[in-house]
Amino acid sequence: MEQNRLPLLSVQDLKVYFQGDFDTARAVDGVGFEVFSEEMVCLVGESGCGKTVTALSLLGLVAVPPGRIAGGKILFKGQNLLDFDESDFQKIRGNQIAMVFQEPLTSLNPVFTIEDQIGEAIKIHKHVDGESLRERCIRLLQDVGIPSAAERLNDYPHQLSGGQRQRVMIAMALSCDPDLIIADEPTTALDVTVQAQILQLFRTLQKKRALSVLYITHDLGVVANIARRVYVMYAGVIVEQGKTGHIFGKARHPYTQGLLASLPTRSKRGQRLYSIPGSVPDPALKPAGCPFHPRCPHVIENCRSRFPDLCDYGDGHLARCPVLFNQKQD
Amino acid sequence: MTLTQKNGQARENRLEKALTPKRSRLEEFWVLFRKNRLAIAGLVIFILFFATALAGLFLTSGQNPVFDPAQIRLQEKLRPPLSKPNLDTLLPVEVPRLNRYLFGTDELGRDVFARMLQGSWVSLTVGFVAVGISVFIGIFLGGIAGYFGQVLMKLDHILASVLMAAGIALIVVDRLLPGILILILTGALFMFTVRAGKIARGRGKAAGSGLLEINIFSVDTLIMRIVDIMICFPSFFLILTVVALLPASIYNIMIVIGLTSWMGATRFVRAEFLSLREQDFVAAAKALGVGNLRIIFRHMMPNAIAPVLVSATIGIASAILTEAGLSFLGFGVPPPHATWGNIIADGKRFIFDAPWLTFIPGIAILVVVLSFNLFGEGLRDALNPKLRERH
Amino acid sequence: MISFIGRSIVQKIITLFFVSIVSFLIIHLAPGKPSQVDPLNPKFTPEMVERFRQEFHLDKPLHVQYFYFYRDLLSGRTISWKDNRSVLAKIWERFLNSLPLFIVGTILTWTLSFPAGIRAAIFRGRLYDRTTTFLSYLLISIPGFFFAYILIIFVVTRFHVPVIGMETFGVANAAWPHVVMDRIWHLLLPSVLGATGGIAVLSRYVRSQMLEVEGQDYVRTARAKGLPPDQVHYKHALRNALLPFVTMFGLILPGLIGGSVIIESIFSWPGMGRMAYEAILARDYPIILTVNFVSAVLVLVGTFISDLMYMLVDPRIRL
Repeated sequence: MEQNRLPLLSVQDLKVYFQGDFDTARAVDGVGFEVFSEEMVCLVGESGCGKTVTALSLLGLVAVPPGRIAGGKILFKGQNLLDFDESDFQKIRGNQIAMVFQEPLTSLNPVFTIEDQIGEAIKIHKHVDGESLRERCIRLLQDVGIPSAAERLNDYPHQLSGGQRQRVMIAMALSCDPDLIIADEPTTALDVTVQAQILQLFRTLQKKRALSVLYITHDLGVVANIARRVYVMYAGVIVEQGKTGHIFGKARHPYTQGLLASLPTRSKRGQRLYSIPGSVPDPALKPAGCPFHPRCPHVIENCRSRFPDLCDYGDGHLARCPVLFNQKQD
Repeated sequence: MTLTQKNGQARENRLEKALTPKRSRLEEFWVLFRKNRLAIAGLVIFILFFATALAGLFLTSGQNPVFDPAQIRLQEKLRPPLSKPNLDTLLPVEVPRLNRYLFGTDELGRDVFARMLQGSWVSLTVGFVAVGISVFIGIFLGGIAGYFGQVLMKLDHILASVLMAAGIALIVVDRLLPGILILILTGALFMFTVRAGKIARGRGKAAGSGLLEINIFSVDTLIMRIVDIMICFPSFFLILTVVALLPASIYNIMIVIGLTSWMGATRFVRAEFLSLREQDFVAAAKALGVGNLRIIFRHMMPNAIAPVLVSATIGIASAILTEAGLSFLGFGVPPPHATWGNIIADGKRFIFDAPWLTFIPGIAILVVVLSFNLFGEGLRDALNPKLRERH
Repeated sequence: MISFIGRSIVQKIITLFFVSIVSFLIIHLAPGKPSQVDPLNPKFTPEMVERFRQEFHLDKPLHVQYFYFYRDLLSGRTISWKDNRSVLAKIWERFLNSLPLFIVGTILTWTLSFPAGIRAAIFRGRLYDRTTTFLSYLLISIPGFFFAYILIIFVVTRFHVPVIGMETFGVANAAWPHVVMDRIWHLLLPSVLGATGGIAVLSRYVRSQMLEVEGQDYVRTARAKGLPPDQVHYKHALRNALLPFVTMFGLILPGLIGGSVIIESIFSWPGMGRMAYEAILARDYPIILTVNFVSAVLVLVGTFISDLMYMLVDPRIRL
């Protein structure tokens, strides 16, 4: 299987903390995941679980005075990115790892044209200019499905629709042929129909350009649609990981189970919709032991004091709940 | 209770604990504010200034004040600070307290320390009252513009308001008869339109059908245009003009400064109200049937108050500077009452011989105004919602 | 775009109309009936009241007064009470005197504020930022006249630079390099003084704008693309941060009259601010009222220019 190759990106025990006045917010508290080349992986979690911070730390974009990397490794093509300084990061940003952000309107500079913004990275990294740069931009716009690409080049962001702007962001990310694209909730700010189109675009591009995509989302429906493997994140830690089919078929962590149970599906029609009681903990005030235990229907005494390890269910399916693991053994 | 029920109860308790906020808003604000040392220094100096001004008021007023600012001693003029009085030439009543001229004397032999004390109260009052007036107007106008902004004024409203304003203006300039006539006309117009409106509604006609009910512009536009007009006038010059025309008195100065600086507060309040109005909690309150006034005062005002407070603090600083400037130019509080600007104005002729007459009040003004500015900026940073911790 | 300009012009004209009314009504601020001398107000002698009445046609109805007032003002017929010269002529002459002061001060302010503010924002929290912040607070809080005297004492005792007036008496007869140098010496201190307050305020504003823009998403995107810090700060951030300042540029026009009263008084500079002050001292009402009106007009023109420039510079408005 492909899993025997070396991963393109391997995050190991990453910890990112933010220093507040009185306390430390442990936004990312020991996260590990892998992305292999030419695969689409999803990172799923509610708002506040630390997925955006994880993404930002992959590119060294976490603001260091309040934040700091408190531990772990980020191995990209074998090199530890955490050893990089700012100028090293500049060489890979946009070039080998590119990012697509959530809000296309605010993420594009309102006073520069589309051509300018897409072409910038190409100029810096690939030293292409002039007419060939222009053609490259046109081809990129066509690849992401924007009609009349040549005319759109001279437009400003506010003249495009939300979906088009996000396509431009994707074009920007693709511009230097990166090996990995990190997409941080790229469809959350868009209409549902546009969402579907953008998802499809990601799928197509990933296959066509043979690149890897780390797709971050809170929407399980999206996960089911595009990812082969998925990591479920809660309160700064990975609580379950594995193939999408396995997890949707039989989730092995109470949090994932709760997420799946609260999806409105046809079968639950007419019944009261389930929601996980309680709310996501404050990153500065995480409970001891398992971070999910205050909300968990299966909690036992041990959960309150011991931080659980990942339990292996085989074939890449791991979950951080020994209680359910032991139940399954029995 | 069954095990599941017990678990559920325990879980509820845990969740409750996790949800209650750690600190109240006031505490949160204080924590942020405390970190800014300059702002704390500003606050401390402000408190000291306030105390000095109050002390000054008591110590220098009345028939036999503790420190007499008006006592003229021509034989002791232009003595440097901390110098001892020449007891042979002075009557007992003329001897300064503490047997020293703490800050020296001015060109008429008056004790500069006493005059500074007297002047501090003036500076304080002018600052606070002027800003009080401008903030009051600002909150009122800004609140109306922001909250009722979209209410359109109809032709009949406008006619009535214009007529009323004209009537009042005429009375003010002493043309009583025409003024009163116009006011009566306004009243008649008012009653007429109300009655006509009732009749129209009674007959089922739509509300906007009559000629007098044409929509002209909104309340918001009206108030903002008034702000625009006021902004057109250069403030210091306008204040100077008005103060020159009116009889000189401390009250006139305070009122004029207040009446010419409300524009900033109005804009702030309006901006806050405009954005707050769209927020869900206002819609929720309305849906619950909460009346408009209550919404404004209880729900929106606490949120909108922050930028007003900041601009008020900085406004006090600027009012003190303006008053000093006016005094310097000779249009401030009339003599013999002392103000800090006065002392500098009188002393500028002796700038090389008696520099303390310039430096002492100048540095005093600088320190006080600086403290207000620092405090205001500290307030702004601490109240800035963007800096609040995300919980 | 045309509609934007059109609407702006219409708005300005309406505002101008109301401004003219308010300007006009200031005469009536004079307390008491014009025919009555208020014994408590020493500013109104009977002769003054009579002159008042005649010049402003106070015995005629209000709207006629208004008409006369502006007819005289705009046609240059209004005459100064002090020396009987035409008000507009006087204003023009003094304006030309104020101009060099104003230009030098503005150039100083704008060229020094931006680098200071930008640098403070980029190196936020470091020594440079903290020192410039504190200096700014100091400069904003110091009373202008006090600072002027400190500078005067310092400069006169150390450098023997002439400070008073626009030129040294009699220098016009000397060779022109001398004249030029003399003018520059005289110009130096007042412009620096005028500029310092402006620099303090403007650089703070530049800094806060820059900080706000630096926190925006598109700056994060620029960084995520791997652009070098120069491009991130000076291309992406600065261009957006500068937008509001382009509009502010139009608003410096009104500054011609406003802040210079104190500076011109201290340095005996024969400019427009000082003329206004002297007019107030001498109760020269035609001048006072005209200057009020003229500065209001300047403000409106200034805001109009700002609107225009904003439109030129921000593609979101233009298109």
